[in-house]
Amino acid sequence: MDAPNRAYAPLIDASCPSIEVRDLTVTYPNGVTAMRAASFDLGPGTICALVGPNGSGKSTIFKAIMGFVRPSRGEIRLCGLPVEQALKRNIVAYVPQSEDVDWNFPVLVETVVMMGRYGHMNFLRNPSRTDRMKVDAALERVGLSAYRHHQIGELSGGQRKRVFVARALAQEGTIILLDEPFTGVDVKTETAIIGLLRELRASGHLMLVSTHNLGSVPDFCDEVVLVNRKVLAAGPTAEVFTQKNLEIAFGGVLRDFELGGRALHEDDDTRRVTVLTDDERPLVFYGGKARRRKEAENGTREPEAK
Amino acid sequence: MSALFTELFVPFSYDYMLKAMWVSALVGAVCAFLSAYLMLKGWSLMGDALAHSIVPGVAGAYILGAPFAIGAFFAGLLAALGMTFVKARTRLREDAVIGLVFTTLFALGLLMASIWPTSVSIQTIVLGNILAISDEDAFQVVVIAAISLGVMVFIWKDLMVTFFDESHARSIGINTQLLKIVFFTLLSACTVAALQTVGACLVIAMVVTPGATAYLLTDRFGWLIVIAVALGAITSFVGAYLSYFVDGATGGVIVTLQTLLFLAAFYLAPKHGLIAARRRGLAPEEVAA
Repeated sequence: MDAPNRAYAPLIDASCPSIEVRDLTVTYPNGVTAMRAASFDLGPGTICALVGPNGSGKSTIFKAIMGFVRPSRGEIRLCGLPVEQALKRNIVAYVPQSEDVDWNFPVLVETVVMMGRYGHMNFLRNPSRTDRMKVDAALERVGLSAYRHHQIGELSGGQRKRVFVARALAQEGTIILLDEPFTGVDVKTETAIIGLLRELRASGHLMLVSTHNLGSVPDFCDEVVLVNRKVLAAGPTAEVFTQKNLEIAFGGVLRDFELGGRALHEDDDTRRVTVLTDDERPLVFYGGKARRRKEAENGTREPEAK
Repeated sequence: MSALFTELFVPFSYDYMLKAMWVSALVGAVCAFLSAYLMLKGWSLMGDALAHSIVPGVAGAYILGAPFAIGAFFAGLLAALGMTFVKARTRLREDAVIGLVFTTLFALGLLMASIWPTSVSIQTIVLGNILAISDEDAFQVVVIAAISLGVMVFIWKDLMVTFFDESHARSIGINTQLLKIVFFTLLSACTVAALQTVGACLVIAMVVTPGATAYLLTDRFGWLIVIAVALGAITSFVGAYLSYFVDGATGGVIVTLQTLLFLAAFYLAPKHGLIAARRRGLAPEEVAA
């Protein structure tokens, strides 16, 4: 698999961040093989969507990258390092699903962001001046400086998400894993999060985003890894994120509405509209091509956003 | 007037009262430290289950003349193994398994105490008896509580991250499994210690109420611990002191004091209290300000 579209990323280091997954097979102690012989490569300055139905092994891939499950075969290298060493160097930052966070936990926004620095501190976790400065910078970058002394539950949906992105920034992880970042957020928030991810891409970060939000994938993802217990397809969005591939990946799970074509009306327009949705923003194929949101809104085709 | 004044200082002139007050305060402090974590994870009743499960161990230790901490350790181990075994072999839910195992062990403890009433008193185990604690027992309690407090001071931040976001904790190299084992070991040890001061029935209050009260008073985890520990230590010290005047039932006095403070916080807490919430309800613009 080759990796195009890399030219625009101002690189920190030619090989970092990167994710190499080779022949990854994960079998759980109960005998279920959640992922079989998965292979894909991702490089710096990339936003990659990890797409697949529930139970398709998306979280298994996340867990393997974070070292929570041991591959029964194959290996993962992060910036060329084995997972364990990469974690020790704070290369991997994780942004949890909102549902997995206890928003009533008595911690302030700045405390959560400071947790990103813990891996850089001694065992007593006493923050140094550098740690405080990095926390300040991370809060500033996501626009939450004014909310640093708020308890996390007092924030809105989009702000809550940004707290954890700020934590990832404070951690200085160049590989950021985002678990369902769009679940339960409104469109405005979604746009804001996507904007933030694009900025991070511009500074060379590698982001792997697991999502059910098919409609926004062509909007902001350079690459897609399509999984269902194995990697069905991986590569540039335009090549991988096709109606055919999605139908293979999701089988009968997707809701599929056809809103045009000969079956519905007799006219010269032979293009068909197909709407694929996995509960969130639907993916619209119009005349066989996935529509990007910008085109849909402006009616024009825009050059690739840089 | 001076007679009353002298009367108030009487407890300080008895060695057994001084011992009871200081030991209680130490146990109250460390239980409160643990309570800050326990209530956040919805594990509050675990303290109750533990306290009841170790009763037969403590009873057995007294019958054999062994240190109570050792008996408690084996009973706790038996409880944990029993729960794991029943859970693995049945379709029962966790709460049913815990309920089943801990009441069985508690019953066994009561039975043992009633068969050999000379070496162990039911009253002591169920209600605690810090005023009449032997020097050896007091020594065990102090060692347990001091070690637990020392360990917690070192691991409190890592535990906070683990309880808040285990995935993140693991991704930055914290051994969360080990930390949780350490936490539950300390919890068991402190439950044993608290058994001596307030008794098996009221241990649960010691590992829940101070944390719950502090939770209403602050949004900062560090302060939550400081407040909880202060509440636990002070109520236990004062509770032991007051029990001199009401003649016994130290556990009852301590827990009543803790509950009174909880109620005060429940109504008066500046942000999360009932009155503050009412006032916000009447003047919503204040919240925005």
